[in-house]
Amino acid sequence: MTAITALDRPNSYIGRSVPRPNAKRLLAGRGRYVTDIVLPRMLHGAYVRSPYAHARIVAINADEARAAPGVRLVAIGEDLAKLCTPWVGTMDHFKGMKSPPQLPLPIDKVVWAGQAVVAVVADTRALAEDAAELVAIEFDELPAVVDIDAARGPDAPVISPELGSNLCFHGKIDTGGVEDVFAGAAHVVEEEFLFGRHTAVTMEPRAIIADYDASEPKLTVHHATQTPYQFQDIYARHYGIPEACVRVIAPDIGGSFGMKLHMYHEDMAVVGLSIMLERPVKYVADRMESFVSDIHARDHRVRARMAADADGNILAMDVEDVTGIGAFSAYPRTSVVEGNQVYRLMGAPYTFKNYRADLQVVFQNKVQMSQYRAVGHPVACTVTERLVDMIAAKTSRDVFDIRSGNLIPDDAYPCASPTGYKFESLSHHACLAKIRALMDYDGLRAEQAALRKQGIHRGIGIASFVEITNPSPAFYGVGGVRISSQDGAIIKITPSGDVRCLISITELGQGTETIVGQIVAEHLGVDRERIKVITGDTETTPHGGATYACRGAGIGGETALQAAKKLKANVLAVAAAILQDEPDRLDMEAGWIVDAASRQQRIELAEIARIAYFRSDTLPPGTQSQLSVAHHYAPEGYPFAFTNGVQACHLELDVETGFVKLLKMWVVEDCGRVINPLLVDEQIRGGVVQGLGAAFFEECTYGDSGQLTNGSLAD
Amino acid sequence: MEALDAYEQAGSDASYIAGGQSLVPALALRLQAPDVLIDIAHIPDLRGIELKGNWLRIGALTRHAEVLAHPLIRQHAPLYSDAAPHVAHPAIRNKGTLGGSIAHADPASEFPAMTLALGAELEIANRNGTRRVAADAFFVDLFQTAIEPGELLVAIHVPVVNANHRWAFHELARRRGDYALVGCGILADVIDGAIAQIRIVFFSVGNTPVRAAKAEHALIGRVIDADAIAAAQAAVIHDLDPPEDENVPPAMRRQLARVVLGRLLGDIARQAP
Ligand SMILES: Cc1cc2nc3c(=O)[nH]c(=O)nc-3n(C[C@H](O)[C@H](O)[C@H](O)COP(=O)(O)OP(=O)(O)OC[C@H]3O[C@@H](n4cnc5c(N)ncnc54)[C@H](O)[C@@H]3O)c2cc1C
Repeated sequence: MTAITALDRPNSYIGRSVPRPNAKRLLAGRGRYVTDIVLPRMLHGAYVRSPYAHARIVAINADEARAAPGVRLVAIGEDLAKLCTPWVGTMDHFKGMKSPPQLPLPIDKVVWAGQAVVAVVADTRALAEDAAELVAIEFDELPAVVDIDAARGPDAPVISPELGSNLCFHGKIDTGGVEDVFAGAAHVVEEEFLFGRHTAVTMEPRAIIADYDASEPKLTVHHATQTPYQFQDIYARHYGIPEACVRVIAPDIGGSFGMKLHMYHEDMAVVGLSIMLERPVKYVADRMESFVSDIHARDHRVRARMAADADGNILAMDVEDVTGIGAFSAYPRTSVVEGNQVYRLMGAPYTFKNYRADLQVVFQNKVQMSQYRAVGHPVACTVTERLVDMIAAKTSRDVFDIRSGNLIPDDAYPCASPTGYKFESLSHHACLAKIRALMDYDGLRAEQAALRKQGIHRGIGIASFVEITNPSPAFYGVGGVRISSQDGAIIKITPSGDVRCLISITELGQGTETIVGQIVAEHLGVDRERIKVITGDTETTPHGGATYACRGAGIGGETALQAAKKLKANVLAVAAAILQDEPDRLDMEAGWIVDAASRQQRIELAEIARIAYFRSDTLPPGTQSQLSVAHHYAPEGYPFAFTNGVQACHLELDVETGFVKLLKMWVVEDCGRVINPLLVDEQIRGGVVQGLGAAFFEECTYGDSGQLTNGSLAD
Repeated sequence: MEALDAYEQAGSDASYIAGGQSLVPALALRLQAPDVLIDIAHIPDLRGIELKGNWLRIGALTRHAEVLAHPLIRQHAPLYSDAAPHVAHPAIRNKGTLGGSIAHADPASEFPAMTLALGAELEIANRNGTRRVAADAFFVDLFQTAIEPGELLVAIHVPVVNANHRWAFHELARRRGDYALVGCGILADVIDGAIAQIRIVFFSVGNTPVRAAKAEHALIGRVIDADAIAAAQAAVIHDLDPPEDENVPPAMRRQLARVVLGRLLGDIARQAP
């Protein structure tokens, strides 16, 4: 028999692989996604899109569409510009960053192929699409800016002439001394890397219903988003509706990966269309529309050098990154964050001191680019690890050996990267040792050599990485962007002794509600089945940052923990009054108030709740039970929580066909205290599969005229 | 048949729909917008799998999933069974029909190519009656077959394989269920160890399934040994004229075809005499 551990106590949920309570509901087909929602008097929107990457809008003729069956409204850029103020996707701490103002629909110019130009609202989506085909738009095609070098050329057409050039942002990092180190280094390796555009392709596409009620007035938006509070703020400010009258509800979400936290023109337009019609309007991006309107990510060309001494000790890195972001910077999180993380995460696992980097963020006539899962990390990691392997090859060192010689020692923390990131505590060497044992590295190398003699080509690769998570206000807040770095929770005991927790982090299918339930249940000593976690509605949940950048567990989980502790103190205060005992001699376990020392059951939680709510007259005078608490938490101190890990890959190459067969992947990730191993495994598996997709299969490709050439899953 | 009359009445802007696994995506993309859809999925004459002497009759409405699992197909038209796991994914195989796949004639599809490799005959109905067209004359051009507008593919008749037959199927797709970059099915009649007749058919290499006549010729009368395989591989390059494609240039497809052919002939050589 195995020994009894802390996990064997009643209500010990933290660290346990408990399944997601909502999984059964979703499997049973009882999910309620935005597309499932049907409101009385609801209409449907469709868009006429630009066939050109860059063109002047000369004339729009929508008479035929307006007369088509079931059509309620055809709206153009000017119509919406009367209602909605423009938005600009810049952040203050990216010095010198520029971006043109944006409107829901363009007025005089289109800047990417697929941009929505005219909105058609009809009784059904099919009728709206039929009518959209009848809209005639006359365009005057302009030269498209497609290539990142051409965009910066002296003769390049400037997409937004008022900005003077196609350069959105130019950033530099220089610790000094880089030239000298390279000049004196025994080994210098250098490579150019191209990273194509990727896009999220969530199972559930973007979907939104805006419902404006002029009688209150009140705007309710059912929105497939991970960040309802951010959109509440945006809709209120840009449509001039008091924030208290704007409600954003994020129901079940079918995947997001960062894609659903940006402002999209069609979505902003839907709010205006509902205001114009005073009726609910639904818009769901179909898969083709998703490809030409969801944010893309990556699109970097990196030239990088690494210098090392004769023994393979890394001395310096010199990096130049150019990234193309579309015709403007995304709102409200900007399109510079990815490049910023690329050039700051470069080389982050290693000890070298001299670093120089140049980042140019360039406008072009393509879909907007912004944050998508693992923002910047794949680029920084690929470049760094490839260069490290090249140094290993030059110095004839093994890939493990070169890393253990150069990774920041596990006892060196706290310390900072040459790019200015502050690391509290990382564990590269422990992870490296663990993965080496897990994969039986020496055995694999021996097998590789033996099989090569039989003409079988196997490859083994490893990559160490640092991950940036849990941003503090030092990021968006200081940048002047109204995105919360704190989260809030309200927890209450119901009269039957059950628990409801309303929290500002959101559930996107990854298990947020599960871990919040685990944390609250463990700290209140109640059964998980008796806890209901409620997320995704600005009308009921406290304001917060919601879910992005791994902050769900790190910030949301901590918020839930502190709120639960606060509530527990309140419960024990009432219990102590009833039991004529001291609160600190009591505890909560399995739905009971127990003696803290003996664990003997004293009174049921349900009984405390009954007395508090219905028989407060029996409590000692002056006892005011507080069985609901609200609590907020924001990270302090370190601007980010950095984590680290290492991955290894084993594959076989068919040298006659070029086909690669993946044999196995190993992942060691130091993610701190594991709340739910099952969910962590799901995240890692999903991340690895997404990464393999990026490495082997995915790229949004463009033709010379700026047309997306593979804009469907059939291409 | 009622369906043929319905087409006649609808005029030219009608389309038959069987499993809908090619047609519905085309409708969703607004690539096709017929006024009338004629659902043929419940016509009894287009169903059923039965052995008639030396021919296996497979109704056009036979689902991909049935092709995958049916014992008569496994026994008598085994190239269909071998190809079926590579056609799309289970959900699509539960709806898509063999007749629909052959009538649609996507050059990247497995079943049209195997129809040609098996030397099948296609039974086509119009309001005047039915006719049978040999597979060699059936696939005309890109998405174009001997089926005239308004006609229905009723059944596929396959000459059953016998003890002398050897066959093999292989495709190179980047992920299982994707359309292949190159695929091939071979049916060989081996008498006294030598190739008496052979049908080598590639897909995903041109506008139609392609019979590799020069490679076939290089093998007739020969025992499949390393020399014969090399000769067939040398010849097959001249059988294929793959389209220009930025991601998979013609030279790459020819190379992949060469490799696939070599591996398949190796398989056939290893099959028991
Ligand atoms: C995601 C996805 C992946 C796929 N992957 C593959 C793959 O890897 N390999 C592959 O081969 N296929 C693949 N397919 C296509 C699939 O096999 C289709 O089912 C098949 O091509 C068409 O059969 P259907 O019964 O669905 O025909 P439908 O879609 O109903 O019809 C297709 C066309 O054929 C006509 N038609 C249908 N039946 C008849 C008939 N009896 N007589 C005359 N005309 C007829 C219709 O009018 C229409 O023009 C895939 C499909 C999808 C959606």
